[in-house]
Amino acid sequence: MTDTDTSTSLAAASTSKTLAGEPKGRTGWNRMLLGRDAIMIYVLVATILLFSVTVPRFASPVTTGFLLLDVVPVLLIAMPMTLIIITGEIDLSVASIAGLTSAVLGVLWQSGVGIVPALLISLMVGVVTGAVNGILIAVVGLPSLAVTIGTLALFRGLALVVIGDNAVANFPPELNAFVTSKLGATGIPTVMIIVAIVVLMFGVVLHFTPFGRGLYAMGYSKEAARFVGIDVERSKFWLYVACGVVAAIAGIYWTLRYSSARSDNAAGLELTVIAAVLLGGVSIFGGRGSVPGVVASVLLIGTINYALRLGRVSDVVLIIVTGTLLIVSVVLPSITAALARRRHERRMRHARPQGTTSGSVGA
Amino acid sequence: MTAVDESTTQRGPASAPSRLGGLLRARELPVLIALVALVLLTYLANPLFLSPQGVKDLLLNATIMIILAAGQTLVIVTRNIDLSVGSILGLVAFMTGTLFANSPGIPIWVVLLAGVAFGAVLGAVNGLLVTLAGVPALVITLGTLYIYRGLNNWWAGGTQYFADDRPDAFGALAVDTILGFPIITLIAIVAVAALAVYLAGARSGRDLYAIGSDPSAAVLFGIKVNRRVLFAFVANGLLAGLAGVLYAARFNSVGATTGTGMELNVVAAAVVGGVAIFGGSGSVVGAALGALLLTTITSALTAIRVDKFWQQAIVGALIIVAILIDRIAALRTARRLRLSEARDD
Repeated sequence: MTDTDTSTSLAAASTSKTLAGEPKGRTGWNRMLLGRDAIMIYVLVATILLFSVTVPRFASPVTTGFLLLDVVPVLLIAMPMTLIIITGEIDLSVASIAGLTSAVLGVLWQSGVGIVPALLISLMVGVVTGAVNGILIAVVGLPSLAVTIGTLALFRGLALVVIGDNAVANFPPELNAFVTSKLGATGIPTVMIIVAIVVLMFGVVLHFTPFGRGLYAMGYSKEAARFVGIDVERSKFWLYVACGVVAAIAGIYWTLRYSSARSDNAAGLELTVIAAVLLGGVSIFGGRGSVPGVVASVLLIGTINYALRLGRVSDVVLIIVTGTLLIVSVVLPSITAALARRRHERRMRHARPQGTTSGSVGA
Repeated sequence: MTAVDESTTQRGPASAPSRLGGLLRARELPVLIALVALVLLTYLANPLFLSPQGVKDLLLNATIMIILAAGQTLVIVTRNIDLSVGSILGLVAFMTGTLFANSPGIPIWVVLLAGVAFGAVLGAVNGLLVTLAGVPALVITLGTLYIYRGLNNWWAGGTQYFADDRPDAFGALAVDTILGFPIITLIAIVAVAALAVYLAGARSGRDLYAIGSDPSAAVLFGIKVNRRVLFAFVANGLLAGLAGVLYAARFNSVGATTGTGMELNVVAAAVVGGVAIFGGSGSVVGAALGALLLTTITSALTAIRVDKFWQQAIVGALIIVAILIDRIAALRTARRLRLSEARDD
């Protein structure tokens, strides 16, 4: 029976969704203090404390500033990505949308368009690209993994078409200064206000609205979600539009932060974002995950990254650490779940001759 | 929907009006037509495109992607995915460079075997993690993508091996031709042919489709799912290792970043070649054609002097067209099956 359950990733997912997705008897404070989010946050705090003590110059406002400036793009895009993965879909085209936005912003600014219209049009790029993904996935009904591999190439290609090999650099100095400015002596970048608003918006939408609960329902079972009256297609469509807009904001930030609009900006960021989201406890098969967990995970990766660089440890270690964290974070719960299941089944077998688990197939 | 297996459609009653549907269902055919049309149109615009040198370049450029796409097909067919192939290729390519540089006079076949074995080991790690822990392959191989790349960075550091560091005979693999085919392309063709025969003919090959179509049903049917999935990952790693060795033969330098970002192109090639992303259908020949088509576009655009910046956008559009065709074919199949079921009643 356990062989059946762990035999394929899909079968395992459907059972872990039904078994591990349950509150496990914990409620209220107990659950809040022992849940996966809480553990992520403990790990984050412990890591920060550890580095503060062991790494010289780590505990300073300068650290806060650079660390946060570094994680902004990942943190931004991780928000809509969390919601999308909770519905059981994925978006691989986010980094390409950021790149296309950057290219459009650069070309508009270079051709003498005012900075405000240029920024607005760049945001519209996010709306349009997100809508393209949304139409292909929600309306036409194509698999999101395949569609966004296509638009990953398409949008990056369009970025190349728009700006070519050029790089536009001479953005208004005030804007560049604003992007890297800090809130007083705290070291917290001013842009974090915008990021915090985005994070709060997605957190509230996911955890406190019927729409958000609907996303979890879609992640468990699209048919069941449809049956209880959730407009699955419309929800998916707007999620992809939101994802496009946030990716565009990240692209604009990237352009102004490095004062350079290039076609290859943010290239490869999609896998970093997805790794962070999955490390934050979001199930790749949907139905499970939360915004606080993902925020903690993004900050954790950023902190380790920054501390290693301060300690002159090469990026190599960071890459290995990220990958290992990712694998351990998904393998450990599945092993404990398998052990719990085995214990449970042994008890069931004592009670009655044959216990059966449901073979429901998700995705 | 896309999980409808080809074998079930073939066994269904043949209805006359679905000739076009039949053509569409042979998923390799649209790709082949697109490929032939692309080559012909480019040839008409620039006859040099089909000169012996042009053909050789075309094949050489596609060789590595063909091997990777064929391997990836094995994994995708079982409803898994392997995102770590670019990192595996990089590690093996660097190992090839190291072997030639550190032990002069080492026979080429030893290096080839070592590379293939190393790739298989890395693939086995993926496969074991996926099957034993029962964790989604996307997450596992995203993790090993980082880990393998990190190991490569750690091992290589700033070191790079160049063409001078390897024996001439090894570099000649990518230069010499037999009947117009470069030797490394022949190796790729043999590998694809072997896989195609295995997938279509062997019982265990057909099992992979069954697993991808419906994992729970495959278990009930008594298929050793874990063993087959592990095999698919090992075979894919082995092929990525082969691609790594051939990469070292073909390209001038190997270092810490060799093969970075290749994973999504490989999946894209398989998707263009008609491999359904959620398993159960597709063929290695289709995936190989998909890889050939994607790389040919690059050469074709250069040959007809289209702005090179358009190349990636066209590749992206093509991927979307390919999955649209796939979707239409699947809908037609489903409707036909429904009709034939209705007649049986």
